Amino acid sequence: MIKMTSEMFLQHLANGISLGSLYALIAIGYTMVYGILRLINFAHGDIFMMATYFAFFGVFFGLPWYVSFPITIILTIILGMTVELAAYRSLRDAPKISIMISAIGASFLIENLAIVIFGGRPKAFPTEELFTKVVHIGNVSVQRLTFIIPVVTAILLIILLYLINKTKTGMAMRAVSKDHETARLMGVNIDRTISITFGIGSALAAIGGVMWGLKFPQIQPLMGVMPGLKCFIAAVIGGIGNTTGAVIGGFFLGVSEIMLVALLPGLTGYRDAFAFIILIMVLLFKPTGIMGEKISEKV
Amino acid sequence: MEMLKTDGITMQFGGLTAVKDFNLVLNKGEIVALIGPNGAGKTTAFNMITGVYIPTKGKIYYKGKDITQMAPHNITKLGIARTFQNIRLFKDLSVLDNVLIANHLHIKSNLFEALLRLPKYKNEDKKMLKKSLDLLEIVGLLDVKNEKSSSLPYGMQRRLEIARALATNPEVLLLDEPAAGMNPKETEDLTKFIKQIRDDFDLTIFMIEHHMQVVMGISERIYVFDYGITIAHGNPNEIQNNQRVIEAYLGVDDNA
Amino acid sequence: MKKRDYYLTVISLILLVIFLYFADRYMDAYIVRILNLCAIYTVLGLSMNLINGFTGLFSLGHAGFMAIGAYTTAILTLSVNAKAQNFFLEPIAAPLANVVLPFFPSLLLAGILAALAGFLIGAPALRLKGDYLAIATLGFAEIIRVIFTNTQNITNGALGLKGIPAYTNLWWSYGIAAFTVLFMVLLINSSYGRAFKAIREDEIAAESMGINLFKHKVMSFTIGAFFAGIGGGLLGNLLGTIDPAMFKFTLTFNILLIIVLGGMGSITGTVISAFVVTISQEALRFLDQPMDLGFIVIPGVAGMRMVVFSILLMLVVLFYRHGLMGTNEFSWDRLINILSFKKPLLKGGKK
Repeated sequence: MIKMTSEMFLQHLANGISLGSLYALIAIGYTMVYGILRLINFAHGDIFMMATYFAFFGVFFGLPWYVSFPITIILTIILGMTVELAAYRSLRDAPKISIMISAIGASFLIENLAIVIFGGRPKAFPTEELFTKVVHIGNVSVQRLTFIIPVVTAILLIILLYLINKTKTGMAMRAVSKDHETARLMGVNIDRTISITFGIGSALAAIGGVMWGLKFPQIQPLMGVMPGLKCFIAAVIGGIGNTTGAVIGGFFLGVSEIMLVALLPGLTGYRDAFAFIILIMVLLFKPTGIMGEKISEKV
Repeated sequence: MEMLKTDGITMQFGGLTAVKDFNLVLNKGEIVALIGPNGAGKTTAFNMITGVYIPTKGKIYYKGKDITQMAPHNITKLGIARTFQNIRLFKDLSVLDNVLIANHLHIKSNLFEALLRLPKYKNEDKKMLKKSLDLLEIVGLLDVKNEKSSSLPYGMQRRLEIARALATNPEVLLLDEPAAGMNPKETEDLTKFIKQIRDDFDLTIFMIEHHMQVVMGISERIYVFDYGITIAHGNPNEIQNNQRVIEAYLGVDDNA
Repeated sequence: MKKRDYYLTVISLILLVIFLYFADRYMDAYIVRILNLCAIYTVLGLSMNLINGFTGLFSLGHAGFMAIGAYTTAILTLSVNAKAQNFFLEPIAAPLANVVLPFFPSLLLAGILAALAGFLIGAPALRLKGDYLAIATLGFAEIIRVIFTNTQNITNGALGLKGIPAYTNLWWSYGIAAFTVLFMVLLINSSYGRAFKAIREDEIAAESMGINLFKHKVMSFTIGAFFAGIGGGLLGNLLGTIDPAMFKFTLTFNILLIIVLGGMGSITGTVISAFVVTISQEALRFLDQPMDLGFIVIPGVAGMRMVVFSILLMLVVLFYRHGLMGTNEFSWDRLINILSFKKPLLKGGKK
């Protein structure tokens, strides 16, 4: 364990919170889809990746960021909803394993399409002076972005929680999570509700993707794989199906990952494995996660 | 001889008490019924006895042995078999395979002996096959033994479930609504059938049933559930004339 | 088995042996390599199909077992010199430096170590259901890969191992493939195999019929891991070089593709599919390369091959969920009927 000054500690903590926010945004998408379809949307990480490319091309074609980024969000929402329509909708009543294979297939398809269309070589995400300007607080230097990310995340979260708990759409989403048949009998349009869920998840992934691109400006077609897996793990840690849990899980994973590497630099190579080890621990000892509810099967 | 005894078993799911303080006694050779309105907790009681749920309170004894915490497969090995309210056949597998599988629990050959088809295994396999075919014949399904089990008509599927349960060599058989969905003729056949297998296989039978024809026809004793509570217990005559039972099923007349 | 079937099977096997003899001696090295890959993917496909297709466990950790197998045979079969050359960054851990074993014991050990890993991973992971099991096994495979990338003195880390002796030839690969097929047929048609299928069909019913779920799941998982390890070993000694990046999830996906295409409950399906997919993957390589049509050169698009395969997988899972064979197996009867365009007789023997 290396000795650290309090400034360095704060710096790492700030980075951890930033990373955690990004993980949280993506994790919400996983948890919402799992809650409503009992499906791990393997393609979610790749949708996040596509968002960064959408933003890249927006700026590439000369659009200012405040035009390009919103367009990115819209395009990503369309992409997410298309994936649901094409890959998942017709398999809703099929054996679980079929829809899971479809999810994996969709993920691979998007990744390989990205390689074919964009090329496998990494591209440089546009930097926006507005966000990347370095700010000095005492002896700590961080980009403005490091503050912006958690703030944006918090705002989005508040909006989302309001949506889920106080609106009819949100209630429909919660109803469908509990029981498809009953919700349908109560007049809920299942297809539309599920589409909206995917849309919201994709929108959050898009915002997360754009901020990720600003923070880690190198993008490549397979960049969504590891974050995708980690964010699913974050959702599991927090209690899969539970939105607040996904956020808690995201922050927990982001902060601990950064701190682990900061305090024990010898373990840097194991950074990715760390998330998986935590996952296994959670699955073994508290599979329902921090906020989780047990889903029981009727015999 | 007391085959099965439950001592005040209670099942709570969070705030909901599905079964409260159930005291059951099954004596060898008896046919005992459990009746009550839908949602009264009858299948939950079955699930506790067969180990699918662990009771929140109370104990279960099989021939004097405490089986409360035992896993389902071990309970079946001891001698308690069951059928399911919503048929749970191995859908994609053949009728014969469904019954063959239920022989596996008593297999003595290990994996290598089975793989190498050693004489010890081949003998066991032959015996399992013969037993399964015999059982299929008894329930009248021998002709369809190679059909996919999900392709059978409903009544035959129910019979297959019973054959499958019998293949585990039980001493106690729990039947969950065996007559569900049957017409009067089939119900009559089933009633005779249950009595027959009790005699032929030396069984003790505990069944959940709604068809009063079956219940009153062959049960020696009846327990009545309502909202998880045992509201009555006695022989068919006593139960038929029990005021509380009548109210539970038919409701109370406001003008009475 | 009917007498006719017995003779037909023996004759087929003899024909196979003759074919292998000529292929080994006279065929182009490229084609031999593809033939070898077909056999190896047969082994890998069958090993995964046992766990996922027959027992119904969604395991995504196959690449991890293959990695263990591949590295075991590689380390054990590399000559002392080759080892020294490979491990230039950090010398190989002392006890391994001088151990060199022949191919067969190395393969066997590969399988055993992979099986051991399967057992250790299975014990905790198999308590989980469905999606959780999938992610847990995926996680374990990733952990194995990351460990292999970081244990410089055992696996040579990210550099990988080069110069692995090319012991895998047609006799080894087809011999082991044939053994694997035989093993799986014997297993699936035994009482234990039926128990696996019961677990796939309905766990709760299986448990109520007295089947110890955990014991049988671990059994299936461990056996699958064993053959995955052997497949990995064969692969390593065919390709000549291995590195941790080879054993990413893509590898598991390829095998998953094979078993889904062939039909997840069918041994025959997996065998056929292994050949079809392996050959197609080679045949479709042209998509990745520029195509010279004489008057025009269509530039190759890297990754197009995988796009085609992803679409293929999606199409199969969306429209032909049961794959090629579903849960049906090969039988000489069926083949003869197909070949002679005979319509099956109706009830009563009428045509």
